[in-house]
Amino acid sequence: MSELISKVPKLNRLFRFQFEKAQDCYVLLFPEGMIKLNGSASAILLQVDGTKSVGDIVTALLEEYPDAEGIEEDVLAFFEHAEQKRWINYV
Amino acid sequence: MSENGSGPPNKPGPPLWLLAELTYECPLHCPYCSNPVNLGSREQECDTDTWLKVLSDAREMGAVQLGFSGGEPLLRKDLEQLVAHASDLGYYTNLITSGIGLTEKRIAALREAGLDHIQLSFQAANADANDLIGNKRHSFEQKLKVAKLVKQYEYPMVLNFCLTAQNIHQIEEVMALCCELDGDYVELATVQYYGWAYLNRDHLLPSQAQLIEAEAKVNAFRDQQDGKGPHFIFVTPDYYEERPKACMNGWGSTFLTVAPDGSALPCHSAKILPLTFPNVKDKSVQDIWFDDFAFNHFRGTDWMQGPCKTCDEKDLDFGGCRCQAYMLTGDMYKTDPVCAKSPDHHLMAEAVAKSQTPERELVYRDPKVKIPITEI
Repeated sequence: MSELISKVPKLNRLFRFQFEKAQDCYVLLFPEGMIKLNGSASAILLQVDGTKSVGDIVTALLEEYPDAEGIEEDVLAFFEHAEQKRWINYV
Repeated sequence: MSENGSGPPNKPGPPLWLLAELTYECPLHCPYCSNPVNLGSREQECDTDTWLKVLSDAREMGAVQLGFSGGEPLLRKDLEQLVAHASDLGYYTNLITSGIGLTEKRIAALREAGLDHIQLSFQAANADANDLIGNKRHSFEQKLKVAKLVKQYEYPMVLNFCLTAQNIHQIEEVMALCCELDGDYVELATVQYYGWAYLNRDHLLPSQAQLIEAEAKVNAFRDQQDGKGPHFIFVTPDYYEERPKACMNGWGSTFLTVAPDGSALPCHSAKILPLTFPNVKDKSVQDIWFDDFAFNHFRGTDWMQGPCKTCDEKDLDFGGCRCQAYMLTGDMYKTDPVCAKSPDHHLMAEAVAKSQTPERELVYRDPKVKIPITEI
């Protein structure tokens, strides 16, 4: 089991997460830049609030999307990527 | 862009990036300023209501990144009001400033208004060189104070250093200073040659050896950072390249600049081109972006001549920079001479050679300077 599960992610203060109507997707905004997010990355980041652990987020997403497969792997892979990109850090 | 890249352009997407150049006035006089050599006067500047409408209209179309720039945007007394409006509209707001005039009272007011980020420029890594390049005493000292305030008020801080032959040898001191100031991102930007920088190019252009050395030092510094400290971005000038930059991500594709007098431009230097640009005082941003002749002029690839016209890279770099083609060849339709495929590419080597022995004096950016413009 990954040690990530018990960690509590929060959005790095350099980034702002919001829905963009013109792009029809969620985006991360940072000084002079923007990253467009796909549906699963957006669903995960919507859960990031600085109190929920990665494990809590997996549970919440399983409840929200009971038919989706491989949620845990997707969430773990996302957080590895997100930490590397400095989008999030851990409380 | 049509599928084969040769037909008329389809309707472009919205301008994602709005650069609001609030004023060309500036307390500094850097010789590498990218503002136009003809600075105009403050009486021509847009009033507050015009700016508020521009911000609303562009946001409605989908603009999301907003830069408040200049000149020095702090010289506008309505800056806080504009930031508050932009913030309400959902923009990510960037203040691009020299720091001169950024008191604690104003930095707090801007925070209150919802400003997201501050980009602070430095001219060099120590007071003597910094104050000489900007031609303003005590400016380095003020910038250090501002950097502390930016961190104290918890803004993301981008530090910007324009590198030229005059300061590029200081690159290690620059990086050390950025660590000390705890910058989040650092732009080590070798100057691009537009506006005043073009006028002073022969003095400013670093040699290729200087650039290689500087880049090696930046890479070595990054290697020992271990993922900590500022994120350094090194920008090289295109004069030593073999392919042109994809300027502005394509003409009228992503960027919209509104100059102090309300001129709407596809980039901040396009005003030099022999085109008539629209003004936000007369037309809506929507009409300008989608329907204006000048904005549509270099969209797509139909405007191209050889060698761009038949080039398999034309959809990658869009023929390079129209302003550079015009400044260097006198023809805005030509391939950017940076491209090794351009018959004008020899101009780059000639410019580099000229920079060894500049013919005229370096001039500070100042409206009172008598400008020796003879080219074109």
